[in-house]
Amino acid sequence: MTTIDSSPDATGDSTVGRLLAADVDWLTSSDHKKIGRMFVGAALLGLLATIVANLLIAIERVDGGAATFDSDSWAQLLGSQRVGLVFGTALPLAAGLAVAIVPLQLGARAIAFPRLVAAGMYMWLGGFILSIVSLLNNGGFGGGDSDMVDLFLAALGLMALGFTAVGVSLVTSVLTTRAPGMTMRRVPFFAFSALVFGIGLVLVMPVLVGAVIYLFVDHRSGAREAFGGNRGIVTWAGWIFTQPTTFLFAIPALGLFAELLPVTFRKRAKLRGLVFGGLGLVGVSALAAVTQQLRFDVPWEGSQLTIADGDDFSTKLGDVAPWAMFHLLPLLGAGILFLMMLFLAKPSKNDDGETIRPNITAGFLFAFFGFGMIFVGMVGSAIEPIVDLDLVDTVFGEASLVYVAYGIALGVMGGVVYWAPKLWGHTLDMKKVAPLALLGVAGTVLASFPHYIAGFLDQPAGLVYDDSDLQIWNILVLIGHGLMALTVVAFVGLLIATVLGSEPDAGDDPYDGHTIEWATTSPAPASNFVDVPTITSAEPLLDLKTANDSNTGSAS
Amino acid sequence: MEALAAGPAPAPRNQIVVGATLAAVAIAMLTGGMLAIWAVKRSAAIEAGQSWLPSGIIVPEVPSNVVLIAFPALCSFAQWAVWASKRDDRANTVFALGVSAFVALLILNAQAFIWNQMGVAVADGAYGSMFYAITGMFFALVVAGLLFSFVTMFRYLAGRTREREILIAHAIFWYAMTAVYTAIWFLVYVTK
Repeated sequence: MTTIDSSPDATGDSTVGRLLAADVDWLTSSDHKKIGRMFVGAALLGLLATIVANLLIAIERVDGGAATFDSDSWAQLLGSQRVGLVFGTALPLAAGLAVAIVPLQLGARAIAFPRLVAAGMYMWLGGFILSIVSLLNNGGFGGGDSDMVDLFLAALGLMALGFTAVGVSLVTSVLTTRAPGMTMRRVPFFAFSALVFGIGLVLVMPVLVGAVIYLFVDHRSGAREAFGGNRGIVTWAGWIFTQPTTFLFAIPALGLFAELLPVTFRKRAKLRGLVFGGLGLVGVSALAAVTQQLRFDVPWEGSQLTIADGDDFSTKLGDVAPWAMFHLLPLLGAGILFLMMLFLAKPSKNDDGETIRPNITAGFLFAFFGFGMIFVGMVGSAIEPIVDLDLVDTVFGEASLVYVAYGIALGVMGGVVYWAPKLWGHTLDMKKVAPLALLGVAGTVLASFPHYIAGFLDQPAGLVYDDSDLQIWNILVLIGHGLMALTVVAFVGLLIATVLGSEPDAGDDPYDGHTIEWATTSPAPASNFVDVPTITSAEPLLDLKTANDSNTGSAS
Repeated sequence: MEALAAGPAPAPRNQIVVGATLAAVAIAMLTGGMLAIWAVKRSAAIEAGQSWLPSGIIVPEVPSNVVLIAFPALCSFAQWAVWASKRDDRANTVFALGVSAFVALLILNAQAFIWNQMGVAVADGAYGSMFYAITGMFFALVVAGLLFSFVTMFRYLAGRTREREILIAHAIFWYAMTAVYTAIWFLVYVTK
């Protein structure tokens, strides 16, 4: 009888054999922490590739005239920027962090459908690599190489299918694998945000797949009548690369910010329902995607929202209602989180009359800056459609997308720093991480805000501009992307050096956490918890510490 | 610090059923999105004074209606499998799953027949490419369902008779497909 020996000895004792075995173990793992880390790791590389595209665009724009690239290359470069910011950065980073952390927060031993998540991750990775290949070969939006356009569409569909799979797994995990006693109202904020994000993916990604199927058949068959061939990609699939659809991908970063607030300010979050509502409101942006809305035109016409003579009320409402729903509601949702921060940051005293001092961690710095950048991006996105401002088709729209995508990246880096003890058993040095957070926010602001100004000064969305006064803003943008590249490289380097540099040294609960992932060991074992804990409140660990303190007090 | 009290092992919470429901939602969104674009394109063509259906093309109503009738039957068989499984009736469960797969095969045959009868070329303008995109997507989903039926049946035959959740998931899939085809039937084959 033939048998297959899968024991470690089968790979031999050589270093190469052991390395191969370790690689195979990682690549075929069904452990959500490993899948999530691979997701985030690959997404950080995707972010770097995106920044390179952004740098090339920024260099081209500095003089506003003579282009090093021909028009085809320029079009593909702009396409690469959009694909990179959405499918190379925002989506995989958010999904990866959620996959790695959510089961730990739920008290689950594993994520639901782990192989489906792994398949989703590989579908995204394969699709992203294929999309880069097609974009490099003039195959993206309006691309000139027919086969490469087909490849680009197939890659887009593959990535969308992958994220649908991830969404199904995340939602099923939150709905079915919670620890005993963890009702939906007791679910941690980050896990709840992953639920909203997952539902959004399940609703949005299949719609994209449908559009891509049409585009592919139309283009591949040679008909090119219904959708205009390669030109139709922007019209019929462009909504996934624009605001407000991208707000959906920011939800986990916003959830992380909400998650860290009670821990940072050492207080209970009393208005949990309001925070859940806020995260849900940001999720409304999914409806913008489902309805495939690429562009909003809000006629302000000097009369604000009043009805001028001859204006039809229903026409006005038809213009304003979708804009208000898809831009202002998510903004309101993010605003609720900001109000919660103000509420928790209010100075107060504990039972012993001592002032409660906030515990600002490096993870919180990243998360706070990430939240801020996403918020500013949302504000910009809400302003852009107002027709009277003439911001449509200027660099303003690009700036708001960069704000949101880089904001998500900063937020997820905060999550990696915060949960590093559970993922690697290490805490990252605050003195080293904090400057990177500052560098990251400086990079994001410089990469985006000058284009807000240039948008008001009518710099068109393409490469060329006539007004030499615009040059300074484009130089600042170039510096911003450069700083962001530096931040990401330094962050990855610091993470690798910390993880590989010494033995795991983090305590089980280094940040005085409230939720149950801090009840397990650091790093978390393969099955997350030796014994599944019972949950009696939204802050079970805080309850336990308070009870222990009371017992100690009464004993003394 | 004392540790959190360990709880009892979590009771199973219908993971496969929830997953299947989400997959059904995804299928509905996929079809809904495609049909919405179909409706927009059709409406635009008619408003422009053009004919949406290419001249000389006749939609074969008999096979499209037969498929519509076949889907409720398919759901009944899938539900029969769930019902029989709950009663540990192995013979009826396997038979119901086998019949489900058979009806799915008939649906595939009917779809192929529709393509053959209509004779639309895929490169035949906007209608051709969109028609094949949407019906091709439907065909692919039915193939996936057929494989699902076979896998469920063989798992059951192999003795995994206690895992009833997958039978419920199987039924949910076909319920979703019934809704999907009803929408396609109305928009593509009835309103044309």
